[in-house]
Amino acid sequence: MRAWHFTEMPYPHYPQDEPATRINLPNKFFDPKLGAELYNRYLDEHMIADELGLDIMLNEHHQTPSCIDTCAPLTAAILARQTKQARICVLGNPIGHRNDPIRVAEEMAMVDCISRGRLDCGFVRGVPYEVYAANTNPTYTGEKLWDGIDLVLQAWRAIGEPFNYEGRFWHRRSINVWPRPLQTPHPQIWVTGSSDLETPRRCAERGYVFANFLLPHDKVRPLFDTYRKHFVEHGLPGGGGCAYMPLVHVADSESEADKGAEELRWYLTAPRAEPHFRNPPGYMPVIANVKAMRATQGPNERAARTASLDWLRDQGILISGTPDNVVKQIKRFYDLVGGFDHLLMMDHAGFMEHERTVKAMTLFAREVYPQIKDLPRTAPLKVARAAAE
Amino acid sequence: MAGDEFVTIGGAEIEIMRRGKGMPLLLLPGEDMLEGESAFVAGLAQRFEVVLASPPGFGRSSRPDWLTQPADQAYLLLSLLKKLGLARVPAIGCSLGGWIAAEMAVMDDDCFARLVLIDPYGVKLGGPTERDFADIYQLGPAKTAALKFREPDTMKRDLARLGDEELSRIARDRESFARFAWEPYLHNPKLKHLLYRVAAPTLILWGEQDGIASVDYARGFAKLIPGARVATIADAAHYPHLEQPDAMLRHIGEFLGANA
Repeated sequence: MRAWHFTEMPYPHYPQDEPATRINLPNKFFDPKLGAELYNRYLDEHMIADELGLDIMLNEHHQTPSCIDTCAPLTAAILARQTKQARICVLGNPIGHRNDPIRVAEEMAMVDCISRGRLDCGFVRGVPYEVYAANTNPTYTGEKLWDGIDLVLQAWRAIGEPFNYEGRFWHRRSINVWPRPLQTPHPQIWVTGSSDLETPRRCAERGYVFANFLLPHDKVRPLFDTYRKHFVEHGLPGGGGCAYMPLVHVADSESEADKGAEELRWYLTAPRAEPHFRNPPGYMPVIANVKAMRATQGPNERAARTASLDWLRDQGILISGTPDNVVKQIKRFYDLVGGFDHLLMMDHAGFMEHERTVKAMTLFAREVYPQIKDLPRTAPLKVARAAAE
Repeated sequence: MAGDEFVTIGGAEIEIMRRGKGMPLLLLPGEDMLEGESAFVAGLAQRFEVVLASPPGFGRSSRPDWLTQPADQAYLLLSLLKKLGLARVPAIGCSLGGWIAAEMAVMDDDCFARLVLIDPYGVKLGGPTERDFADIYQLGPAKTAALKFREPDTMKRDLARLGDEELSRIARDRESFARFAWEPYLHNPKLKHLLYRVAAPTLILWGEQDGIASVDYARGFAKLIPGARVATIADAAHYPHLEQPDAMLRHIGEFLGANA
């Protein structure tokens, strides 16, 4: 089991009663001086994670105060140089929105070289409201993700053999990526998914890590089961694994842990998008939209926004408490979903201050991590293989 | 609204409905596909054989992957006219259907005898930071309905009463519209330079309360088509033919009367 420190790098200092914060929250609420402090603070915390022996996950969003990391490759480049041992997972490159897979291949190869091979390279389709910021046609996002990944990998594998590419979405006359990634043939690839079983299937077949975020355990299980089944069926194609992200907070006492958990819960309640931004036409398949026309909001989304900390903990969306309690919750979740390989920890959100963030990270690294590190990565796959035989 | 027939054109299945008897008239519906059972079509059917064609991607017409813009739909629909033996038909295009009809009239300046465009999209007249069209994707369905209809509630589909098949069609229509309309938003940058090719006498009918684009837009659109004129319809928004069918039928009757 590997554990990854993650923050969306929020800028929470806007009026909290704003009804919608994605895409159209006026940027007059962004104070660049405060922003400068926050960026440097978040980078400091990434470096502390490195010193504590944690890995680092990065993401990006656009036109939103919930995440002012608008360019994960930039952050990755800084950390590639400034950290010493952490793996750096860009999760991920919104390759359809970037609309230039070769540029992404160059950037990721550069980060891999600077970090001396510590990059994990993720790709995401992007949450629905990203199509508004990038102005990407919402009816192609899935196809662009997979075509984009294929093109990046083709570019990395074509060593000494420049090739031309004239596909559905992109055209290039002579692809010859300088630099090449340090890791051979390329860094571990990650892809995220939330409900469609097609995504874990494709990840498993190709040996990519499949990751999902903040889902109840009974929604995670079928995704990871699908991954394991196809991973075995395709001859265990190397690397890969399953990753899950809960909110994570460790404290000396349960009451302190609850305080931290409440602060993390900001992420579930504060960043709000108007309903149509969550479902631009063509982003979800027709069949899902038929269901959406019959019901206005999914029960899980509603539940997660208003639920008690106990409910969130029961679902595995939140893991919080004293170190031993957190170990128990992680092991319980591990068993409930049939095992997983990467714990992506949203261990900072909203207004949580530096001191609390670092204290929780430190407690996790010193008292929790040693107790879960040896949770077998390959055992679930062995179990799956045994079941298949 | 059941499709009466399907015609295969260039790998796409195109759904056709025929209503009434008389001289054939092509009707290209709007993106919301509300025309089929309307009083407007019933009124037209008293004088014409209305050939209502669902553009590729809409209704029960298929949407091959290569279709990315209304001009692609226009090519297929021109072939459809040939296949149906409809030479120099009068045509009415509503909203997206008006955009497609304009593309067809540019591609083949002899395909239509007369052309009626009802609140069509298709050209951008303003500068980069000026909006020609309200951004329906920013506004969302409820606010969009308020711009499209004078009385949105009376035009609202009761989704709870529709079956999965109809809901699937509505969802797919919305998806197809996004494919064609998202970017460039509701226009083909080349169309305004080519509208000079429209040879058919053209009437643009425009709902005075259209909240998607203004009457000024209609006048600017008309200036690009030789001899085109604009008539505005009171107490109607983006779909005047649905909200004021009698007034619309009178305008269209007079305009098509010359050769009907």
